[in-house]
Amino acid sequence: MTTVVTDNCQGCRFTDCVAVCPVECFHYDGEMLYIDPDVCIDCSACIPECPVQAIFEEDDLPDDKREWIEINATRSKGLPVCSEQMDPLPGAEERKSALGF
Amino acid sequence: MAEGSGASGAPWQVAIVGSGPSGFYAAEALFKSGLPVQISMLERLPVPYGLVRSGVAPDHAKLKQVIDVYSRIAEMPGFEYYGNIRVGNDVSVGELCEAYDAVILACGAEADKPLGIDGESLAGSHTATEFVGWYNGHPDFRDRVFDLSHERAVIIGQGNVAADVARILARSPQELAHTDIAEHALEVLRTSKVREIFVVGRRGPAQAKFTSKELKEFGELEECDASIDPAELALNEASAAEIAGAGNAGAKRIVEIFSGFAARPPGKARRRVVFTFQKSPARIEGDSRVRNIVLEHNVLSGAPMNQSARGTGKFMSLETGLVFRSIGYRGIAMPGVPFDPRSGTIPNLAGRVVAEGQSVPQIYVAGWIKRGPTGIIGTNRADSVATVASLVADLPKLSAAGGKSGFASLRSLLHGRGTRPVSFSDWKRIDAAEVARGANLGKPREKFTYVREMLALLA
Ligand SMILES: Cc1cc2nc3c(=O)[nH]c(=O)nc-3n(C[C@H](O)[C@H](O)[C@H](O)COP(=O)(O)OP(=O)(O)OC[C@H]3O[C@@H](n4cnc5c(N)ncnc54)[C@H](O)[C@@H]3O)c2cc1C
Ligand code: SF4
Ligand code: SF4
Repeated sequence: MTTVVTDNCQGCRFTDCVAVCPVECFHYDGEMLYIDPDVCIDCSACIPECPVQAIFEEDDLPDDKREWIEINATRSKGLPVCSEQMDPLPGAEERKSALGF
Repeated sequence: MAEGSGASGAPWQVAIVGSGPSGFYAAEALFKSGLPVQISMLERLPVPYGLVRSGVAPDHAKLKQVIDVYSRIAEMPGFEYYGNIRVGNDVSVGELCEAYDAVILACGAEADKPLGIDGESLAGSHTATEFVGWYNGHPDFRDRVFDLSHERAVIIGQGNVAADVARILARSPQELAHTDIAEHALEVLRTSKVREIFVVGRRGPAQAKFTSKELKEFGELEECDASIDPAELALNEASAAEIAGAGNAGAKRIVEIFSGFAARPPGKARRRVVFTFQKSPARIEGDSRVRNIVLEHNVLSGAPMNQSARGTGKFMSLETGLVFRSIGYRGIAMPGVPFDPRSGTIPNLAGRVVAEGQSVPQIYVAGWIKRGPTGIIGTNRADSVATVASLVADLPKLSAAGGKSGFASLRSLLHGRGTRPVSFSDWKRIDAAEVARGANLGKPREKFTYVREMLALLA
């Protein structure tokens, strides 16, 4: 079991999730965040914080998003840790509205 | 790099009271501020980590890995841990204000909310806190006695703590044997006759406060079925609107999980957990001990996301020998510090303690004592970061003269009062001994459950 960030995070990167992560397991690139499954303790704190509902427990992932388990596991490894809240990416608010939130 | 305190450039001295998540995240935030700080963390027990040690359930081992983060903070230069010191008793907050530039109270919410009904104090009626503390080996609850000889237990409340209590009662001894559950509790649970566990919510399934993860676990227990009367899952219009809302995916998931339980054919497991909704306890009956609990049926009214429960005057009675109340926690007042008895918290603005609208210099709050018993471990991180931001902004005006001496000036005072501080390296000895005791039993650790045992090990 792990917890994964999915495509809704792309292009918005609000980092509300990061502020409540007890173990600093989020990593980031210019597009979105990824969770390191070896560090995450599956506490679920981040899930309700995400304004675009990008984060899922592995068991709750819709079938068309299961590829994100692998993407989080591999991408997180080479990227810097995001330990504090950052500014959202430009256009984040527009993207949030476009996603219907 | 910002300046140290006073002309000498000596580090700012900060005392943190309490070694739970909020205390450790406050320490982390102070270190990240870049200011030179010397932190003393004062904890009433010899052992650290607050509810991560004594609240988080023994069968949730992965969550406890958060302790690795805290022990890394504890090993940072500028951090000192002093266990076995109860602030307000062994040393006063006023004395801390003399010795330190700032004091952060992160002492949690250790009292329970009462139900306020007749029969609440009968034998067999307990708080969730007592039971949780008992199975987790908290010294305060070591000698509590729970009579598990009745076939039915009733838990009032539908949050994660209620779920923990229900799940520990529901699990088979084999499922718990290799966790860090206290051995004295495991022995009693092995003899448990409990077959049916009612978990009672005041409002409906859409308003239950479980996280989906905790709820799902009831579908995966070795010797226990989850059961719900499907009729109880009928949602009123406002509740249906609630779970359809884009921002309320969590509640929707909870209702789905409940529906999954309701749709299952009746199982044959030895035990079952029954979720029931829209009922409030009216009274607990019995002569010398609990014999049954009377519940009043509720109706919900109000706008979506703002519905409240109201009694209908229709009652039902459940025979039981064991009642647990789990309807929330309250902080305990700290002598010399303002307290709001209504919310059970210390009044504050952005973490600065306030009395009659004025902020009280030097004193800050973080975690459950600041915002009440809501949120999970990680919630305290954002909360402590906010408190420390206030503190860092205030430091320059707090102590222009500088030169506070921190723990050095408490040491002889505590010695004179017969208090023996427990250092972090002392804790590591206790920790190693607990892990070794656990290994003999096939457990990750076997906790010491009396303070005197912990101190004897260090003598
Ligand atoms: C039963 C239970 C189960 C939980 N399970 C989970 C879970 O599975 N996942 C999750 O994320 N969250 C869980 N939580 C929530 C989580 O434990 C809290 O959010 C968190 O512990 C609150 O942190 P805190 O530092 O404010 O308080 P605490 O963790 O309570 O820490 C307060 C500390 O202060 C000390 N203290 C108190 N008074 C004094 C004094 N006068 N002097 C010195 N020290 C003092 C206490 O001994 C304690 O160590 C659970 C909570 C409970 C009650
Ligand atoms: S809160 Fe959601 S959108 Fe924002 S960074 Fe986290 S996962 Fe991405
Ligand atoms: S589940 Fe918890 S530990 Fe994992 S990423 Fe989310 S907040 Fe961090």
